[in-house]
Amino acid sequence: MRPDAPRGTAAMGASQTRNEHKYHDLADKSGFSLEQIENLYKRFQQLSDNEETISREQLDSIPSLANNPIKKQIVEAFFDKRNQHHNEVGSCGEIGFEQFLMVMSHFRPPSLKTTEEEKETMRKVKLRFLFNMHDTDNDGIITLVEYRKVVEELLSKSGNIEQEAAKAIADAAMLEVASTNVPHMAPDDFYEGITFEHFEQILKGLEMESRMHIRFLDVDTPTLRCGKSTS
Amino acid sequence: MDSSITRRTGVLLIIFTFSSLLRDSRGDVPTIQTGGIVTILPPVNPDNAPQAYTDAVQEKMPVFTMNYQRIQIPFEITLWVLLASFAKIGFHVYHKITIWVPESCLLISIGLIVGGIMYSVHEEPPAVLSRNVFFLYMLPPIVLDSGYFMPTRPFFENIGTVLWFAVVGTLWNSIGIGISLFAICQIEAFGLQDINLQENLLFATIISAVDPVAVLSVFEDTSVNEQLYIVVFGECLFNDAVTVVMYNLFNFVALMPEVEPVDVFLGVGRVFVVGLGGMGFGVLFGFVAAFTTRFTFKVQEIEPLFIFMYSYLAYLVAELFNISSIMAIVTCALTMKYYVEENVSQHSCTTIRRVVKLLSSISETLIFFFLGVVTITTDHEWNWSYILFTLLFAFVWRGLGVLVLTQIINPFRTIQFNFKDQFGLAYSGLRGAISFALAFTLPENIVRKQLFVTATIAIILFTVFLQGISIRPLIEFINVRRTNRNLDTINVEIHCRLMEHTVAGIEDLCGQWSHFYWKDKFMKFNHKILRKILIRDNRAESSIVALYKRLELQNAMEILGNVSEDISTTPSIVSLYEEKKSSAKPKKTFLATDVKNMHDMLSKNMYKIRQRTVSYTNKHALPNDSHSREILMRRHTSIRCSLRPGSFQSSVVPKSHKYFSLPAGKSLDVKFPPGGKSCTDDLETMSEVVYHPRPSRFGRLSRSSSRAMMPLRRLNTLTEAPSVNMLDERTREERSKSGRGTSRKNSSSSDSHIAAPHRPFHSYVENDSSSAYNIRSGHREVEEEQQQPPPPTRAVTPRNNAAQNPLLRRPQWNPKKM
Repeated sequence: MRPDAPRGTAAMGASQTRNEHKYHDLADKSGFSLEQIENLYKRFQQLSDNEETISREQLDSIPSLANNPIKKQIVEAFFDKRNQHHNEVGSCGEIGFEQFLMVMSHFRPPSLKTTEEEKETMRKVKLRFLFNMHDTDNDGIITLVEYRKVVEELLSKSGNIEQEAAKAIADAAMLEVASTNVPHMAPDDFYEGITFEHFEQILKGLEMESRMHIRFLDVDTPTLRCGKSTS
Repeated sequence: MDSSITRRTGVLLIIFTFSSLLRDSRGDVPTIQTGGIVTILPPVNPDNAPQAYTDAVQEKMPVFTMNYQRIQIPFEITLWVLLASFAKIGFHVYHKITIWVPESCLLISIGLIVGGIMYSVHEEPPAVLSRNVFFLYMLPPIVLDSGYFMPTRPFFENIGTVLWFAVVGTLWNSIGIGISLFAICQIEAFGLQDINLQENLLFATIISAVDPVAVLSVFEDTSVNEQLYIVVFGECLFNDAVTVVMYNLFNFVALMPEVEPVDVFLGVGRVFVVGLGGMGFGVLFGFVAAFTTRFTFKVQEIEPLFIFMYSYLAYLVAELFNISSIMAIVTCALTMKYYVEENVSQHSCTTIRRVVKLLSSISETLIFFFLGVVTITTDHEWNWSYILFTLLFAFVWRGLGVLVLTQIINPFRTIQFNFKDQFGLAYSGLRGAISFALAFTLPENIVRKQLFVTATIAIILFTVFLQGISIRPLIEFINVRRTNRNLDTINVEIHCRLMEHTVAGIEDLCGQWSHFYWKDKFMKFNHKILRKILIRDNRAESSIVALYKRLELQNAMEILGNVSEDISTTPSIVSLYEEKKSSAKPKKTFLATDVKNMHDMLSKNMYKIRQRTVSYTNKHALPNDSHSREILMRRHTSIRCSLRPGSFQSSVVPKSHKYFSLPAGKSLDVKFPPGGKSCTDDLETMSEVVYHPRPSRFGRLSRSSSRAMMPLRRLNTLTEAPSVNMLDERTREERSKSGRGTSRKNSSSSDSHIAAPHRPFHSYVENDSSSAYNIRSGHREVEEEQQQPPPPTRAVTPRNNAAQNPLLRRPQWNPKKM
């Protein structure tokens, strides 16, 4: 269980026991196993150049992310305080390992022992994560502008989609939300935007289990590691 | 009433067919006799006999001649196929039967009845099955069907598990059952000592080919979770391949006098060569087929042919080299499907799918039917102990296998199989057509062939009837986790994509490669290289856009359908329809390129419809929804003729709230000049511009209908719009400007008021989602209304028409919204 000394010894100036203690804390908080935490910690250090914290630029420069159409949103999610479960809003400039881990913990797959209620909560948390990706200004509502932005980004890598089309799609999607949630709107009512409840509503039947999970490896498999060289 | 007539006709026809069959086959027993069974050769090489007249001419001109011999083979085959097909019609007359009893059961039952009749009149069954007929003609359609209709995405997401169960599971079953049966054979009391290990293994291989067609259709109906479904589907597919390989192997081994250890290793090596070789050929032919269809657009009549010929060629070449032909045809279908369907025209695409379904369902029907007949008419060697133990072991090893194999594979899965899933997996081990055919075509020199055939039939009947009938209640009872597959809303699609990218991104971030990573890589490769080579019109299209277009078109069709059905009672539709008409109206202003553009888009849309409906079909049915859509499409074309301009004028109802919604994708929409008369007071002023019922516009209708759902927007200002083009210009400009509002208010006013009650007016599947589109109301301008009280001065405010096309104007612009 005891983690090996991380590659950059400077980063964790702490003693092994403290280290271990910290890992246990993190494990409790995030639900990861110690091995997974250790793995992620190595990765964290790799990304942060052995610093305590990681900055946007460092995440931005990961080569394998370069082709991800929603790279910006993903990176932003790490710096979003709402994803840390502390009831804070706003975004921070740099994140430490704990924050990194907490964001990752959104993607923990359920195990066989997970009960239905827990699954429901997990689902909600994941939805909240997605919702936060849309809702950039923290006001609890996804407005059309925000939604369009995401759709545009999503479509930005898929060939010659014009902005018009992206916009149209976002509009249609918005309309769809409005109609499912507020079926009896007066003709001139204004649909402000998607609240979280509505958001849950539109994705109600969607199975998240197969979509929002990552299998975090238990063992350190250097051969499987991609990405950024530590230099 | 209708159905009763059908039933009566069906019954009559069955009786007629059957009686004619009996009468006809009575005289013809002297056919090729092999092992007491009449073998009918494939229809491809009918008699070489010359013209029927030749021998008759010598004497006098006969008035009436009959030469049954000459047509006998194809004739009988036709009758058998007909009989089986009538049986199928019969099942569906009373629909509830097919819900509770799988079709294979019914087919077998009919076969049993027919067999019984034939037995009672001492008739020999016409054996459709010989080894060659089975492997060269009957098997390929069945596997082509499974390969072609394999839901690709879930399959690749679960490919590891699928292969694990298909390959290891099958080996586990055949070896486990084989060895335990061999142990049983050692017990003297049973009198089975003459069955050696090889033969036992051979037999075990035969009965470990699962064929859960019946189960799959149950899974579909109850929409069990995708993972379970795809594992069962994939298992049955690849397990056929494994079984056939093993069958050939053991067939070979069973005839060897003795087996040395080295042979075992050679055998294992051979299995791999055979399997991987088959895949290689499949991929090769798949790509060649895809590449060929790139150039077939000039010869669309034979387009579908290429698909079948290449698949069959892959199969035959694989047979030639004695490698797994099933793997070859399956991978061929999987590989080419994606590209072919983008290349070929929509009609060819339909044809391909229909024919694949048709052929496979003929094959399978015949096999099951024949199974029923054979069960009665052949001589059986009934050995209680052997058959009972076979049943027992088949159950035990299947159950054990699933338990053990899941334990091993679970740690590697993101979503693990729980016990319910495992039960579903284990219980779906029905044996079917393949097993029977394999057993039936066992070489004659296997001593206890009769026993093997009997035991195989027993296990098939047992599993198909018992498990097939009981699985639906059981699945419902234990409440297996379900996946809702019918979510076709844009939001869902967007978020699926969003999640995919997010997960891929997070995986990149944490530096762990798994299947999202590989998927990402493959997609990139696909876009950069494969698509360029294989696809004629290389325009990548995001799934979101595809779905969007599809919904758009679907909506249009539904509306058209409804309009034609009931014009007068549904004011909202009427107004909708008017929107559409007006959109279609100004024909002259279309540039040739626009027309072409629209045409392209429409055909693309139609094609997309097909593409999206593939995912879950069972072996016996084409995708259902495509069916209804096709009807709509047809109606859509026919409606053009039936609609008369102006027929709606009278029924304008100011209260219509049905707004059409989807803003058009692409820039096409701006090309539609304003029009759209709507409410009565608009009419007076606008009529000259807007509502000229002109027959000519209907010609355009078919094209423009997909554009019909454009955001309907409130237009408080009336655009007299003398020149359509001017407006267009403006619209376009405004559009580009208004896109990005900086302040939230602005932006929302730029087009997101959503309003208007929606009325469920189509009862089709996607009720929710599509009705969503109907709601889009013009929406903006709450603020504007305040600042700028609407008419009577109807000045054009650029901002209003800015964003979208004229269709957006709502029927009633009246500020005191009703």
